[in-house]
Amino acid sequence: MLYSEKVMDHFNHPRNVGELPDADGVGQVGNPVCGDIMKMYLKIEDGVIVDVKFKTFGCGSAIATSSMATEMIKGKTIGEALKLTNAAVAEALDGLPAHKMHCSVLAEEAVKAALADYYTRRGEPVPPECVIDPEDACPLCG
Amino acid sequence: MIYADNAATTKLSPTALAAMMPYFTQEYGNPSSLYDFAGQAKAGLEQARSDVARCLNAQPGEIFFTSGGTESDNWALRGVAEALGKKGKHILISAVEHHAILHTGDWLRKQGFEVEVLPVDEYGVVRPGTLEKALRPDTILVSVMLANNEIGTIQPIQELAALAHANKTLFHTDAVQAAGHIPVDVQELGVDLLSLSGHKFHGPRGTGVLYIRQRTPILPLILGGGQEHNRRSGTENVAGAVGLAAALTERCATLEEDMARISALRNRLVSAILRLPRTRLTGHPLNRLPSIASFTFEAIEGESILLQLDARGICASSGSACSSTSLEPSHVLLAIGLPHEVAHGSVRLSLGDDVTEEDVDHIIQSLTEVVNDLRAMSPVWDAVAQKPTW
Repeated sequence: MLYSEKVMDHFNHPRNVGELPDADGVGQVGNPVCGDIMKMYLKIEDGVIVDVKFKTFGCGSAIATSSMATEMIKGKTIGEALKLTNAAVAEALDGLPAHKMHCSVLAEEAVKAALADYYTRRGEPVPPECVIDPEDACPLCG
Repeated sequence: MIYADNAATTKLSPTALAAMMPYFTQEYGNPSSLYDFAGQAKAGLEQARSDVARCLNAQPGEIFFTSGGTESDNWALRGVAEALGKKGKHILISAVEHHAILHTGDWLRKQGFEVEVLPVDEYGVVRPGTLEKALRPDTILVSVMLANNEIGTIQPIQELAALAHANKTLFHTDAVQAAGHIPVDVQELGVDLLSLSGHKFHGPRGTGVLYIRQRTPILPLILGGGQEHNRRSGTENVAGAVGLAAALTERCATLEEDMARISALRNRLVSAILRLPRTRLTGHPLNRLPSIASFTFEAIEGESILLQLDARGICASSGSACSSTSLEPSHVLLAIGLPHEVAHGSVRLSLGDDVTEEDVDHIIQSLTEVVNDLRAMSPVWDAVAQKPTW
């Protein structure tokens, strides 16, 4: 099997799938040519992520990393969520095959994009931690 | 479990296994040896050659056993290129060939050959007019597969080979997916070289054939002890050749009935799945292998579909980038003009000859559920669903 049991668990039973109509921040990363798109919805109260939902178009690891990332940031403060790294998401899933690591990058970026949207909606400056490093973009489609 | 990945490999036929067994346990002599004990092994090998020749309407002396389809394809291209390199350097291959041909073409380019790729139409067909325009006085070989492994399209080989011959150019076809599944008659096709692989028609892995029409100029690929009339060295895999021949003979005996039955079940599957929105059949709608149903589903990704099907006990495959370690989408799907985002959602089901109506109905139900579930969690599905259809 290509994937760990944890990846398969999150793929077969993804947590927090859906949309939040009253989200305070929405972020979408990836592109259809590349084959991975993640959209993340955050409900934020007093600086705490009280609810999170996602929708993902992509492979098994893209769906599993989305699901794991939502679990890891739910109930956390914005500051804690911004510390989420792709390595931590991959580790929480007991690892990903080398050629699938870019999917975990997308999960981290989706959280950052949703938080950037949250600040933009409030008319506040976007903290530098929310800015996605173009170096991390998909190596195939840029 | 429903095994719907028979284009990848097949289950060994019990008949083939039974035919092979004595050559492992009793008649293990080296066919090249002089003593009497080796005689049975030699006889078994030659009987296998005759049986394969009969299935293909060839002469036994035109059948050469190899280690598989990949070796046969490598040999055909490299062997002819080396034999005719002084006459010309121009070789034509199609855009939808297997990597055994494509990568051999890349290697030949490095040796100074001009390997040109023939484009295909939206169904994956090499149009005869395309070949006619591409042929040159220095074209030494054309290689176009008989049937495609991903989309099932059957090529007009008879017409293509005739065009090549009118230009005094040799013609090779990779019949790896076709042999044992549709009629393969080398006289009717008019080809000079033809590759096949045992494990694609319930024969053993590691066995193949290269058919070489008499007096076709070709040099050996593998040098050594001079077996196979000095053309393919290496101690003969007698049990393998016997197994390949037994499996091919078995398939050819019931080919017409099997084709009709499997095509009908394939059509049942295709028509049910095409009821799903934003879904298309890839490959030619009519001129296709009976066993192959290949689709694209917009707004979802092939690897996810395969994993979900696997969880429901169905083995299938995909040409999506994410299902390959190279992260490149299938060259076949790109060659028929599919955009990357559509090629990502490809799935191939290749039915076995023992497939039942219940199996097909289970596939229909499962695939429909999987596609709907994945689309429900796709952030692009709503937008894709509202786009005008082509």
